[in-house]
Amino acid sequence: MLFLKLKLPAAAALAAPIAYSVAMLAAPSAKLIEPEMIALQAGEVIYPPAGDFTRAGKSINAPLKTVHFARGLQIMKHQVTQAEYWKCVEDRGCPAAVLAGPASVDQPMVGVSWRDAEAYAVWYSGKAGKRYRLPTDEEWAFAAGRRFRDEGWPEVYNSDPAQRWLARYDSEFADEPIDKTPRAVGSFGANENGLLDIAGNVWEWTDTCFIRIGMRDSGEETVKTTNCGVRVVEGRHRTYVTDFIRDARSGGCAVGKPPANLGFRLVRDSGW
Amino acid sequence: MTSLTNAFTITRRTAIIGAAFPALVAPMPTLANDLALEREQVELVAPPLVHPHEQATKQKPKIVAFRMETQEKEIVIDDEGTKLQAMTFNGSIPGPMMVVHEGDYLELTLVNPATNSTPHNIDFHAATGALGGGTLTLINPGEQVVLRWKATRPGVFVYHCAPGGLMTPWHVVSGMSGAVMVLPRDGLKEGNGKSLHYDRIYYIGENDFYVPRDEKGKFKSYGSPGEAYADTAEVMRTLTPTHVVFNGRAGALTGKAALTANVGETVLIVHSQANRDSRPHLIGGHGDYVWETGKFSNRPETDLETWFIRGGSAGAALYTFRQPGIYAYLTHNLIEAVQLGATAHFKVEGKWDDDLMMQVKSPGPIAAMSK
Repeated sequence: MLFLKLKLPAAAALAAPIAYSVAMLAAPSAKLIEPEMIALQAGEVIYPPAGDFTRAGKSINAPLKTVHFARGLQIMKHQVTQAEYWKCVEDRGCPAAVLAGPASVDQPMVGVSWRDAEAYAVWYSGKAGKRYRLPTDEEWAFAAGRRFRDEGWPEVYNSDPAQRWLARYDSEFADEPIDKTPRAVGSFGANENGLLDIAGNVWEWTDTCFIRIGMRDSGEETVKTTNCGVRVVEGRHRTYVTDFIRDARSGGCAVGKPPANLGFRLVRDSGW
Repeated sequence: MTSLTNAFTITRRTAIIGAAFPALVAPMPTLANDLALEREQVELVAPPLVHPHEQATKQKPKIVAFRMETQEKEIVIDDEGTKLQAMTFNGSIPGPMMVVHEGDYLELTLVNPATNSTPHNIDFHAATGALGGGTLTLINPGEQVVLRWKATRPGVFVYHCAPGGLMTPWHVVSGMSGAVMVLPRDGLKEGNGKSLHYDRIYYIGENDFYVPRDEKGKFKSYGSPGEAYADTAEVMRTLTPTHVVFNGRAGALTGKAALTANVGETVLIVHSQANRDSRPHLIGGHGDYVWETGKFSNRPETDLETWFIRGGSAGAALYTFRQPGIYAYLTHNLIEAVQLGATAHFKVEGKWDDDLMMQVKSPGPIAAMSK
């Protein structure tokens, strides 16, 4: 199985959801099925941290940061499914989010807030006897690999704020429009790390709070404010969503493109 | 004639088609081409664009001729893939804008292709008599008709399909409306008589759609307008639209299809709503000159924040962009704008003016108040 995953990621991506559904159907509901985890080897990611960065009062792209993962990362291969989440609801560990039909074993759970996702992680950790949690934004970027979207926009016109708004708008609408209806697990394929559906049409909650960093011209940090009522959401593009929002499509501002759906996957802490 | 044979097939839509037959029995007056005027044939273009035209003219009044086909077709009206059995003028929602000058004669050849399933006609709010031309233009699939009317009142006006009875609102909320612009011969003017010009014109047609849902709450789709009719009529009766959109689809005027302008350019935005009230607002901008009721003999209002489009009318707003960036143009019932779809975007290029606005200090921790 491991051999297959390494050599034939595409085939594994197709086979996995089917194998998984069979397992779910066969299992008695009381039994907890641990999701398939991907173990990423130690490595590093160079990426622009999430948040709002200004230098001498003007918006800039986040200065690139190198993050080392000395012990690698264990992260769910797929996003938490409706059936998985529904066990938490039945067990009164999670609030009942809206489900259009019966909980499906091969559909991602969408329409969840950061608070819902956090409740699931706490509940699941208790059941599994291991610590599961939402990934940080840098962990997500590390796991997303080449599917991580660098959101750098031109800084040429720093004195003119509108140029960044225009560039950001164009970048958000650069892709072909995507059907917003969530698809079965695996529909968006695997990335080079074997993670399914990264940057599909379900955005994923991270644990990272929204920050503002103010810098002098020299680059010295002078101001840092943190707002944990707003969390970083990752997917086809990065965005920031208030923690109780379950449907970001109608949230946010009058311009710009909100996430089509909000879902999540968890990481497992090894030392627990 | 095939279409008539088809019409007698026993389906739900037979009733709909049958209802329009009595009107066709009445003899149609023959239109005499007796005007010794110059004649111009104009190709229509799909909104939000408008066909080329003079803003003021030195020409003598003429006959301006257009041709439009009614088209019934399935369209997608939102990013979730919701389908509507649309009925359209020339395939677009709204139908194309027709521009003439006061004193001109507008001549329309209206075509109802044999592939359509129901009769259609056209009621021009700018025209005088015969229910706006509706009585003289009711045609079955496979027929065409030519109507001519004199443009006596300058302004922007709605046109829509009005086959009679319950068919009228249904055809309108299925997409069959558009606008005519009758310009004063010497162009637009502000209240003191000074001439006004535009560098660009955009035509935004707002629609309220009423899409039936299944027992699970999901939007239903249908094989033809006739099959959609009964369920749609029930939703219409609630007066609660499922979609309120610009140009036929949520997001139709956003992203790559966003409207564009440059700083310093003056844009005339014509906004029509054939069925329901709306309140356009340009976030971060204004209406420099607004003909809220759309009729150019009245003084335009100035410096408006939001203007009101009465259901069944069109209005026009003139604005010169002063800052670059992304603007949202929406109906300022924000629930309808954001949740039901009535939002468009303007992408405006140019140089930022710090004098008009600047962020004096970027966001940071709350400073202690100085005593």
